[in-house]
Amino acid sequence: MKFIKKSPWILHYDGSSCNGCDIEVLACLTPLYDVERFGVINTGNPKHADILLITGSVNDQNIPVVKQLYEQMANPKVVVAVGICATSGGIFADCYNVVGGVNKVLPVDVYVPGCAARPEAIIDGVVKAIAVLEEKQKQMKNNK
Amino acid sequence: MLMYHTSYWRLSKIMLIVKILLIIILAPIIGGLLTGVDRIISARLQGRQGPPVLQPFYDVLKLLQKESIEVNLMHRFFIYISLIFVMFTTVIMLLGGDILLAIFALTLGSIFFVLGGYASNSPYSLIGSERELLQMMAYEPMVLIAAVSLYYTNHSFFIKNIVSHDLPAIVFLPGVFLGLIYILTIKLRKSPFDFSMSHHGHQEIVQGITTEYSGTDLAIIEITHWYESIIALTLVYVFFAAKSPMSHLLAIIACIIVYLFEILVDNCFARVKWQHALNTSWVITAVLSIVNLAILSFFM
Repeated sequence: MKFIKKSPWILHYDGSSCNGCDIEVLACLTPLYDVERFGVINTGNPKHADILLITGSVNDQNIPVVKQLYEQMANPKVVVAVGICATSGGIFADCYNVVGGVNKVLPVDVYVPGCAARPEAIIDGVVKAIAVLEEKQKQMKNNK
Repeated sequence: MLMYHTSYWRLSKIMLIVKILLIIILAPIIGGLLTGVDRIISARLQGRQGPPVLQPFYDVLKLLQKESIEVNLMHRFFIYISLIFVMFTTVIMLLGGDILLAIFALTLGSIFFVLGGYASNSPYSLIGSERELLQMMAYEPMVLIAAVSLYYTNHSFFIKNIVSHDLPAIVFLPGVFLGLIYILTIKLRKSPFDFSMSHHGHQEIVQGITTEYSGTDLAIIEITHWYESIIALTLVYVFFAAKSPMSHLLAIIACIIVYLFEILVDNCFARVKWQHALNTSWVITAVLSIVNLAILSFFM
């Protein structure tokens, strides 16, 4: 049985987001949406997390941070880019310090566009991420 | 006659082994279910629906299937040793063994857990370990006084003797029991005293001692905690159980009430500073237990 489907733990990192998407991510945990129903926990610790949620674009200063967070996560792991800034850089794409979307640095598995991404869209993205996670776990088992 | 005797002896040995195996298997299952109920009740108190009852088991089984990142060899080793000592404590307590031995074995288990925290060089883990030591300083005197008080009223350290008297220990030791309830909050890792590591989201020290653990190791820590919940509730049980079978039912009800009370406290209070936890638990230990024992010595 795939228990990873039933308990995806999330690490949320704010790249250079305007906080709009961050508030929507946290809104998923509130009584209205309550993602803990599906076993989702906001861990705040890369070593415990399965899904890395990144909001905001990647810039020159946070590239090492994002990379380190990703490297510290235990396999299997997936990356979800939340919001248009995380998917492509959004309106900040042309800024001198902005590198672009998260996919410039990390292998992004799921893109959740929107400005700000709605909680329903984020939950949808996480559900897609869980499917990817399951696939990755299967690969991990085959490689052993 | 001799044949009969040896076969009887063998049967009792087998029974003992079966009992030990049952305790080792059932204790974490009950502990995990308690945690599941805890999470649902906490969610309902916050106006949420909450996860399914089996969620703690899903979490642990998921962690067992994940990769375990090895920081260094000792880091992982200490966690397994800690689990073994906590399992040993559970077996002693539930078989009605020596409560003093159980407490010392439990302390040793906690110490190995702290050493595991110190083994990694993560600053969060180090702060968590130091706070865990302070928590141990806060609760350890009360646990020892509880054991000594139980000896004072029953003249035995063995749990099977303590729970077979005419009157339950709570009649003689209400103050000691209240003190024990206070420190059980620390032992069950509930707010306001969950400052060394916390199950609830990210906090100021990134889950303290468990910062550097992942995969199987984190699952082992969670299972150890399930055993510890059972140990904590067994301490409550000992205070209520007596000779009559009804009192054992009453003791189980008391355990459930205490656990529900701890969940309520967990949801009602914010985390305090360690100074506050240490000071209040020592003051409460000293006042409640000394007054209780002084009154008791006057009457007995």
